[in-house]
Amino acid sequence: MLSDQIQTQINRELGKYPADQKQSAVMAALRFVQDEKGWIANEDMADIAVYLGMPQMAVFEVATFYHMYNLKPMGRHTLTVCTNISCMLCGSGETVEHLSKRLGIGLGEVTADGKFGLREGECMGACVDAPMFTINNKKLCGRLTSEKIDQILAELDKQ
Amino acid sequence: MINIEIDGKKVEVENGRSVIEAAHQAGIYIPHFCYHKKLSIAANCRMCLVQVEKAPKPLPACATPVAEGMKVFTASEQAVKAQKGVMEFLLINHPLDCPICDQGGECELQDLAVGYGGSASRYQEEKRVVLHKDIGPLVSAEEMSRCINCTRCVRFGIEIGGEMELGQAFRGEHAEIMSFVSGTVNSELSGNMIDLCPVGALTSKPFRYKARTWELSRRKSISPHDSLGSNLAVQVMDNRVMRVLPLENEAVNECWLSDKDRFSYEGLNSAQRLTRPMLKQGGRWQEVEWQVALEYVANGLRQVGKEAGAENIGALATGNSTLEEMYLLQKLVRGLGSDNVDFRLRQADFSADGKQLGAPWLGMSVAELNQADRFLLVGSFLRKDQPLLAARIRHAVKRGAQASVLHSADDDLLMKVANKLIVAPSEMVSMLAQILQTLAAEKKAAVDASVQPLLQGVATSATAQAIARSLMSGERSVILLGNFAQQHPQAAQLQLLAQHIAALCNGRFGFLGEAANSVGGYLAQAVPSAKGMNAAAMLASPRKAYLLLNVEAELDTQNGAQAVAAMQAADMVVALSAYKHQASEYADVMLPISPFTETSGTFVNTEGRVQSFKGAVKPLGEARPAWKVLRVLGNLLNVAGFDYDSSEAVRDEVLKGMEVSSKLNNQLQGLTVQPAAAMHGLQRVSEVPIYATDAVVRRSAPLQATHDALPPHAAMHGEELKKLGVTPGAQVKVKTAQGSAQLAIAADDKLPMGVVRVAAGHASTAWLGAMFGTISVERA
Ligand code: SF4
Ligand code: FES
Ligand code: FES
Repeated sequence: MLSDQIQTQINRELGKYPADQKQSAVMAALRFVQDEKGWIANEDMADIAVYLGMPQMAVFEVATFYHMYNLKPMGRHTLTVCTNISCMLCGSGETVEHLSKRLGIGLGEVTADGKFGLREGECMGACVDAPMFTINNKKLCGRLTSEKIDQILAELDKQ
Repeated sequence: MINIEIDGKKVEVENGRSVIEAAHQAGIYIPHFCYHKKLSIAANCRMCLVQVEKAPKPLPACATPVAEGMKVFTASEQAVKAQKGVMEFLLINHPLDCPICDQGGECELQDLAVGYGGSASRYQEEKRVVLHKDIGPLVSAEEMSRCINCTRCVRFGIEIGGEMELGQAFRGEHAEIMSFVSGTVNSELSGNMIDLCPVGALTSKPFRYKARTWELSRRKSISPHDSLGSNLAVQVMDNRVMRVLPLENEAVNECWLSDKDRFSYEGLNSAQRLTRPMLKQGGRWQEVEWQVALEYVANGLRQVGKEAGAENIGALATGNSTLEEMYLLQKLVRGLGSDNVDFRLRQADFSADGKQLGAPWLGMSVAELNQADRFLLVGSFLRKDQPLLAARIRHAVKRGAQASVLHSADDDLLMKVANKLIVAPSEMVSMLAQILQTLAAEKKAAVDASVQPLLQGVATSATAQAIARSLMSGERSVILLGNFAQQHPQAAQLQLLAQHIAALCNGRFGFLGEAANSVGGYLAQAVPSAKGMNAAAMLASPRKAYLLLNVEAELDTQNGAQAVAAMQAADMVVALSAYKHQASEYADVMLPISPFTETSGTFVNTEGRVQSFKGAVKPLGEARPAWKVLRVLGNLLNVAGFDYDSSEAVRDEVLKGMEVSSKLNNQLQGLTVQPAAAMHGLQRVSEVPIYATDAVVRRSAPLQATHDALPPHAAMHGEELKKLGVTPGAQVKVKTAQGSAQLAIAADDKLPMGVVRVAAGHASTAWLGAMFGTISVERA
C-alpha cells in the first residue's frame, strides 16, 4: 500500500496532466516511494501501477531504465559516484577505491549497519567539479580528494 | 497520393505511408527486423536503413514517411554499407551458433546475415549473456541471449493482445525482455509472439527441438475450434503433425492464431486416442474388426427402429464436426425414420426453432467488425470464446469505437468498456429490454407488439440509458450475442430484443458462433424439423438408441448429468469418437474416427464463409474419417443415396447451387414471448473454459498446463460469501437440482450479487448438471 503521504504527493503531481494520461506521473511516483523508503520494491511498483492504471511491467520498465532508482535497499546514505568520462579522467577510479576501503564495501553494496550504500552513476552534468558523487541523489559533492571524502563521511556518520 | 521513386521504379503511394510500405507495394524488399505491418513503428533495429536523395545520412525506411518526389535507394553503396554496419552490430552480441538454435532455418537474422553479415566476426570480446526465463508452458524463453531487442513481442502484447505482459527492462547493454516478477504470459494469443520473434529467443515450447523447418511439409487446414475458422498451415513429418502455424488470411485470422488453434494439435496423438473399433460384450470392452462393429451398430439400430419405433433413435453431434459428417449423420437417422438430430448441445432454449428465418450467424462479415463504431456485447466471454474476434473488436475500440457490455460476469476484456451492466442471468432479459425501451422512447418509435410482454413494467436504469444512447450515436452499431447468451434459458428472448434494438439504431446484430461449424450444422440440416426432438428434448426424455458424433456426453452438453443418465438408460449408445473417454461407461460400441487433421471436410464459419480442407496426415491406427464410417453405416442400413466416393461429393450435395448467404438470417418472426418467472436463491453462472471446449483441446497437454486450464472453482461476490459465513479459499459443497460438487470457493467482487460462478465442461463440475439455474453453496 502506498502511504497517505505518497498518495497526496502523487495526487498533486496528477494535477499537472490530463485525466486520461495518469501514467505521466510514474517517474514522480517512483521518486516519492524512494524518498520515503530509500528504495523501491516490486510491490511498490505494483501499487503504483494500480494507482496510475498502467501495466505493472510498464512501471518496471521505467524503474529499471533509470539508474537513480534503487531497486534494493541502498543504506541510509547512498553515495553514487559518477564514473563517466570526465570524472574518470579526473580520478573517479581513486574515489571509488577510497570509498570502498573506508566503507569496506564494493559498488552496489551496503555497509552491514545499513548506514552507507555505494553506487556507480552516469554523468551528472556537472563535469566541471569532477570527480564527484551524490548523496541520496540529492546533494552533489565535487572536486573530491581523499581528505574531502573522509570529512564528508565523518559528517554523515554523525547524522 | 504521392509519387516517389524507389531504386528507379516509380511508385504511387497513399499519403502517410512509410518508405518500407511503399517498397513492399512495389515488390522491393528492404531488410528489417523490428518493423511488422500489424504493429506500431519502433524503429529500433536500424536494419532498414536506406539512402534517400538529399538526406545527409541513411534513413530508417520503416519510420520515414513518403514525400512527393522522394528518391530512395535501397541497395546503393551508402545503403548497403549502412545495412552491413547494422548487421555487424547486431551480431556482436548474438550467439553465432545457428546449428544448435531451434530457430535455425527459419530465422530472419540468419537469413539476413547471409546477405549482409561478414564471414567472420571482428568482435573478440565477451558477449553479453541474458538469462533464460520461464514464461509458461507455451512460449519458450530459454535463449534470451539471442534476443535482438526489436520489441515486437512487447508491442504485440500491448497492441494486439491488449495486455502488456512482457516488457523491456533495464537499458542499453543490459536491456532484457522479461515479465514482471517472473510472471507467466497468460494471454490467449501468446503464441503469436513466437511467429513475430525474428530470432530464436521466443520459440514454441511444445515444438522445441522436435524438427527442423525443412523436414516438415506444409498442409493447409482449417481450425476446428472456435467459430472464426482460422486458416492453418499444419506441418507434418513422418505422418505426424509436428506444429501448426497461421496461414495468412486477412479476412479471417489475419496473420494470427489463438493459442487454442496453435497448440491443440498436441492433443491429436494423445494416449487416449481410440485406434480400433471396440464393442462391449458381456460387460467387457473388446477390440473388434470394423466390419463386426458396423454390423453390430446396423443391427442394433434396425432392432430399435423395429421394436420401439424410429423416433426412439437420437443423434447428437458437436459443433466441431464437419459439414459432411453432420450431413451424413442427419441423413442416416432421417433415412431410418427419425427426425431427432441436433448439434446445438449446449443450448437450453429452442423456442426460436421454426421462427427463425435462416441460420443464425454473425450478421456481418468478420472484417466488418473492425469498421463498427458501437458495440453491445451481450452474454459473451469474448476473449476466451473467440479470441481473435476479441482482437478485432479491441482494434475497433482503439480507433474510437465504444463497446458496452451486458453480462453475468465481468472478466477483463482488455479494452476500454464504455458502459457495463453486470447482472444475474435471470436479469439479462429485462436489462436488454431496458435498452430497447430507452431507444424506443428516444426515437419516439413504437415497439413491435411481439416484444411488448418483455417491456411491461420495466423501469430503465441510467446504465441502460447510457448504452442505448451510445448505440444510437453510432453510424455502424453492432449487437453481438455471445456463447453465454446462446446457452441462456431465454436465448430466444435475448435474440428478439437484440433484433429490435438493432432495428431501432440502424445497426446490425448477430451471433458470435460457439463452434467451428455453428453455421455449418444448420446448412447440413443437423437440426430437427418440426416433428423431431432437439438436443435438450432428446436428453430430457431418453431415447432407446443414441448416435454420438464427437460427443463427450458429460462435457459437451448443457446438462451433463442428465445427458449421462440418458445414455445409461439407453439400450444402445454408439460413440463415434477420436478418443476413448467416459463413453466406455455407457456406450456399447466405440468407433474410432479421425480428428480434423486426418480427414477432409468443411467448416462454415460464423460469417458464413465455406472453408474446405484436406487431411494433413493418414488416420492413426484404424481410425477412419467419420464421413466414411457414416457412409458405410448408410449402406449397411440400406438407406438410399449413400454412395459417395469422396467427402467433396457429400459437400456438393449440401452446398451445390446453394447461395449460402441467402440461408443466413437472424430475424425471428412470430415468436411469442412470456417473461420468465422470477428466480429465487442463488443462480449459476457458467462458462465453458477456453481449453475445455472440445475433445482435442481437452487433450493438449501444453494447453492444459496453462493458467486458463486450472481446475474449476466456485466464485461469489465477497458479500455473498460473508452472508454464508464462508471464507475465501475454503472447500464448499455446491449443489444443484441434479447433483453436487466439492470445490474451493473464491471471492470475486466483480460478480453480481446472487450468483455462483462455476465453469462447465470439466469432469469435476459435470455432475452439477444444467449450466444455468438455481444453485446452493454450503460449507463442506
Ligand atoms: S524476444 Fe524476440 S520478439 Fe521479443 S524483443 Fe527479443 S528478438 Fe524481438
Ligand atoms: S562525467 Fe561525471 S559529471 Fe559528467
Ligand atoms: S525495421 Fe526499421 S528500424 Fe527496425
